[in-house]
Amino acid sequence: MRKKLLGTSVVTLSALAAFLIITVVILVMGTIIVGGKDALTWEFLTNAPREGMTEGGIFPAIVGTALLVIIMSIVGVPIGTVTAIYLSEYASSKSILARAIRFAVNTLAGVPAIVFGLFGLGFFVQFVGSGMDKVLTDGANLRWAQPNILWASLTMALLTLPVVIVSVEEAIKTVPAELRAASLALGATRWQTILNIVIPNSITGILTGAILAVSRGAGEVAPILFTGAAYFLPQLPGGLSDQFMELGYHVYIMSTQSTNVDATRGIQYATTLVLLLLTFMLNFSAIFLRSRLRAHQMS
Amino acid sequence: MPREAKIEVNKLNLWYGPKPALRNIAMDVPPNHVTALIGPSGCGKSTFLRTLNRMNDLIDDVRMEGSVCIDGVDIYARNVDVVELRKRVGMIFQKSNPFPKSIFDNVAYGPRINGIHDKRKLEEIVESTLKRAALWEEVKDDMKKSALSLSGGQQQRLCIARALAVDPGVLLMDEPASALDPIATAKIEELIYQLKSNYTIVIVTHNMQQAARVSDYTAFFYMGELIEFGETKKIFTTPEKKQTEDYITGRFG
Repeated sequence: MRKKLLGTSVVTLSALAAFLIITVVILVMGTIIVGGKDALTWEFLTNAPREGMTEGGIFPAIVGTALLVIIMSIVGVPIGTVTAIYLSEYASSKSILARAIRFAVNTLAGVPAIVFGLFGLGFFVQFVGSGMDKVLTDGANLRWAQPNILWASLTMALLTLPVVIVSVEEAIKTVPAELRAASLALGATRWQTILNIVIPNSITGILTGAILAVSRGAGEVAPILFTGAAYFLPQLPGGLSDQFMELGYHVYIMSTQSTNVDATRGIQYATTLVLLLLTFMLNFSAIFLRSRLRAHQMS
Repeated sequence: MPREAKIEVNKLNLWYGPKPALRNIAMDVPPNHVTALIGPSGCGKSTFLRTLNRMNDLIDDVRMEGSVCIDGVDIYARNVDVVELRKRVGMIFQKSNPFPKSIFDNVAYGPRINGIHDKRKLEEIVESTLKRAALWEEVKDDMKKSALSLSGGQQQRLCIARALAVDPGVLLMDEPASALDPIATAKIEELIYQLKSNYTIVIVTHNMQQAARVSDYTAFFYMGELIEFGETKKIFTTPEKKQTEDYITGRFG
């Protein structure tokens, strides 16, 4: 009797825990959708903020977020992929270099986002940026030694690097060792084997990993606080040395530093909704790719 | 014993970490014949086979001494290009491992990495290779189909064709029929018989009857040592060593 009671209560508790998670998701999504649906119009998506940001839209923030994500992917995904290929295909498991890289990757993965932001400010803006200004204009102009979209993207790329490396390495590991052996035994070099066998057979996994990493980055605000995000800009960034507006940062300033917090409540909800939809889109495309990969492997 | 050896192995010792896997192996493999390597599991026959195209290089922690010469050239010499070596010494694995590509692309893989990209030339090579591997008639209308749609036996013959396409002089086979049914096995054995006039074949097998059927020479390995090596007929009828006799009569192994 007591055993049965214990069994039932364990089942009930785990069901409750699962239910709790679903409830939280529904509550979060529900609140945001209800609060933001009226403000979310076509004009809202395609116009710049007006009237001290109490009216108008979030077009510059959408463009800024897209640019940030694109530049960080162009930088981070190739570097991460090449590192993962080195770790899984070239480095012997005992090599000191490979161990050092793995240690660094694991450490980077645990560093809080805000620390990345401070590092970006210190390294990219103040060190690299002012160095570039000195070399390019003899220190006469302040161009690169200030926060901009390039430094923000590079900081973000660093943040996503561990995620890219780990997930690409996992994808590469799914390629059976027999296929590598077959290729090498035919007189292919390691590089030819990677190019013709390893990458084509793990490309879906590599892309999935890359997208998940990018979507993680797209939701972060802390790394760009000091490295490039702007409170308000009347125009879109025209070059890599310009600042930019970003969705997550926009939500933050609208809810903490707006001239009229109550008047902007609808805008805040709608901006959050757009940000969520953006990351969901990235996540769903990753899930879609992965399911196609599974179906492919079954056949 | 044979006149001129295709492969000469001398004082070959090999360790996995601290563990010795091959001890003082000396063996001359004759050209254009089939040499079978037999022995119980873990006796070193597969390890030995893999020293002949340096596939052991891919494993961490392997140490080797002694020499392996193919066509009179030491393949472990400093200036030897492993990639070139593996083009001359093809390998067939225990588990058939066609690439998840079309039948055509599987056979064309070797020629392509050697820089042949002319479509007509590739078609010629693929056709003649598949004919040599006795697979052409079965697949000639399905060249674009995935190699994975073939039966197990066909996949293994495709792997043989893939190895033949780079024109190796030597073919190493690591239990090529162990996962196949008797009919598919018979086809592989038939193919080996046809190929030996043009290739030097070294085959590892667990199946004593197979060794007796396909090979001209047999080497018996036990605990990392080469116990006996000679003409298959002699090994199977009048072996010199007692261990060999015990093994082939099924008293252990």
